[in-house]
Amino acid sequence: MTHDNSYVEKDYKVVGSRVKRPDGVDKVTGKARYGADVSAPGGLVGRVLRSPHPHAQILKINTAKAEKLPGVKAIITSADLPDLTDGDQGMAHILENCMARGRALYDGHAVAAVAAVDEQTAAKALKLIDVKYKKLPHVTDVDEAMQPDAPVLHENMFTRGVEPAPTKPSNISARTQMGYGDVDAGFAEADVIVERSYKTEQTHQGYIEPHACLASVNPDGTAELWVTTQGHFTFRNVCSKLLGLEIAKLKVTSSEIGGGFGGKTHVWAEPVALALSRKANRPVKLVMSRDEVFRASGPTSSTSIDIKMGARKDGTITAAVAEMRYQGGAFPGTWAMLGCMTAFACYSIKNNRSIGWDVVVNRPKVAAYRAPSAPMAAFAVESTIDVIAKEIGMSAIDVRLKNVAREGTQAPYGPTYGPIGIENTLEAVKSHPHMRAKLKKNQGRGVACGFWFNIGGQTCVDLNIGIDGTVNLNVGTVDVGGARSSMAMIAAEELGIAYDDVKANIGDTASLGHNDTTEGSRGTFSSGMATIFAARDAIGVLKQRAATMWGIPLDDVEWQGGEAIATGDMHSNLPALTLKEIAAKSGRTGGPIAGHNEVVADGAGMGFASHICDVEVDPETGRSQIVRYTVVQDAGKAIHPDYVEGQFQGAAAQGIGWALNEEYIYGDDGRLQNAGFLDYRIPVCSDMPFIDTKILEVPNPNHPYGIRGVGETSIVPPLGAVGNAIADATGVRMTHAPMSPPRVLSALDARDAG
Amino acid sequence: MLGMQVSFSSMFRVGDGPEPINVQAASIEELMQALLLRYPDLQTHIDQGVAVSINGQIFRDDWTVAIPADAEVYLIPRIEGG
Repeated sequence: MTHDNSYVEKDYKVVGSRVKRPDGVDKVTGKARYGADVSAPGGLVGRVLRSPHPHAQILKINTAKAEKLPGVKAIITSADLPDLTDGDQGMAHILENCMARGRALYDGHAVAAVAAVDEQTAAKALKLIDVKYKKLPHVTDVDEAMQPDAPVLHENMFTRGVEPAPTKPSNISARTQMGYGDVDAGFAEADVIVERSYKTEQTHQGYIEPHACLASVNPDGTAELWVTTQGHFTFRNVCSKLLGLEIAKLKVTSSEIGGGFGGKTHVWAEPVALALSRKANRPVKLVMSRDEVFRASGPTSSTSIDIKMGARKDGTITAAVAEMRYQGGAFPGTWAMLGCMTAFACYSIKNNRSIGWDVVVNRPKVAAYRAPSAPMAAFAVESTIDVIAKEIGMSAIDVRLKNVAREGTQAPYGPTYGPIGIENTLEAVKSHPHMRAKLKKNQGRGVACGFWFNIGGQTCVDLNIGIDGTVNLNVGTVDVGGARSSMAMIAAEELGIAYDDVKANIGDTASLGHNDTTEGSRGTFSSGMATIFAARDAIGVLKQRAATMWGIPLDDVEWQGGEAIATGDMHSNLPALTLKEIAAKSGRTGGPIAGHNEVVADGAGMGFASHICDVEVDPETGRSQIVRYTVVQDAGKAIHPDYVEGQFQGAAAQGIGWALNEEYIYGDDGRLQNAGFLDYRIPVCSDMPFIDTKILEVPNPNHPYGIRGVGETSIVPPLGAVGNAIADATGVRMTHAPMSPPRVLSALDARDAG
Repeated sequence: MLGMQVSFSSMFRVGDGPEPINVQAASIEELMQALLLRYPDLQTHIDQGVAVSINGQIFRDDWTVAIPADAEVYLIPRIEGG
């Protein structure tokens, strides 16, 4: 059945309330089952041997001694994962990232793996594997990797997007250019031109739960995978391809997830666990250590960005140019392209151009991190806008409002925006009491904006009504931020029943059609849409059953407030039939009552946010303490406001950590120096004030409830907001994130030295 | 079949460059077929991932979507997220 996804304004009974979360008790009592919380009879322990070198040729791997160790059941190398990728370059890179193939491309790259009866035996076996390496020159810095004399990682990589096409390989995988207008003419109109260069360091998503899975492959080609993931259907498809399994014979179940933020959209060790299980013919549990998570699973890019912006004295930005260099780790990505698409997206700039360079270096393969690539670009743009505002003597908020994107503005990547909420968020910031609060000594205030896309994608939902009238809702998008609660609320709203009568579950890959990964802030948007349509399908069945029970035509039945109502002069005296009454008779009126929907949920809206940050900078240590923080973001429609606020707060907290402390530190030897939470410092509670939130609701016209994704956008503004606050507090413009105490102190010393 | 002007996000180099071109198509599927007939090199971009923006609404996957007359149509890169 085709359904209309257009927004329709309505009064809600359940949606918009703050009901109890369904997973709360299990999580606080320790009953919730995460990736490492299951075991299987006869299960083995998997461990991975990783390269200690950032770049090396693997001359020989001798596993003979390890194989003789009692308790070792299987050892694999790349020879046990033959290349089945059929020329698919992206898939080949995933395969090579999971297990090195003749060369190690970064410190931590997997080179072999063991399955043994216990942890101790597996660890001992790893030490008995003899790998002969030939060390190669390495490069870990994005700017250095672009130099003509840099060691080249891939001899078959020639820069795309450059004319004429290069004849020599390099570490630059692609050049991207976007924008419109005549930037030279725009700069000629400007009264003020500001140019700045920025750097941002590599950060990790920092999810508390490490990657973990339990794999079991049978000789008949069937297999099961229990895994912490943001997308079990995608994991199924990728693992099937890499292992040569048939899709229907690999059942993947997603565990509870202890944070993902983009890092669990990609496979890392799962194909390795499956290959170990296949070889050992026993189940294999593989859990990464924190050291492995840092060294070998997807951090975000480090970047180097140049910005040039020109403005008239009235605040109109006449031209803007960004040149951005993003490293994708050891394999090519599209991270700089995403930087180009987002850098100027909050603004209407008549002449704009963004150039992106995607670069490979000897670091782990980069993965998406919450609004991937946008925070770095926004750091550069939002900082530069504040510099412009100061130079022309205008409020930084008013400069932003003067140039703000609206419905009808052409996005930097081409199309025209529909209804968007960036102006609403800026106006809300301008009038917020936070902006009028007095600052103390050494304190400063900064504002910044952020943009991120939302995506929709393939979605499949089942809704089954039990004979007592309670409802099982089976959705296929992993619940990373409260989706089970939101989906149950939506189903209850549509059916006209109580929230407590709906139980939402995340279905495994054997129980539902394909669902795209929970990424791009799509979970509530797309599964919400499919849930609405599945519920409407079920209502169609309920009406038919009521008509049967009454013995009247279907056309004379309406569904109102959770009840079937008979209409028309002939039947209006019939008492209403509740959902529970109809369900109780379902066995005699046609069997189970269910609704189903499969949809490509296109039409996702755009996400915009504006943040206010107050910071206090200690002039003696350079330490910056966030003293007050406010997030204003457009949610389209907040299904469960607690969860929406939680997403705003979580994203802001991660952005603040990125702004102030978090960074990968590589030594001259190309090895990661701080692969643990003691030395890689994410914010803890004592670092943060309560993050205030304000939800705006500018409905997305392409969703029945007006929903926009909310999960990612608010990680975008914090780097700029913190940098602008530090500049306000100290008079020093920080251009290198994180703005950690040593960097701020150094900048303060330079200021004082004149 | 409807005629329309198709624009390209300026990262795409199609034909003579990023200038809009006229195409006859009633759906995304027909649009892609028409573009590939004229510009076979576009296949590289499609393989790397494209999306189609129709009047500002972005379609990533469903090529059965109809394109209304006089719609603003853009080919843009396919987005993923975190």
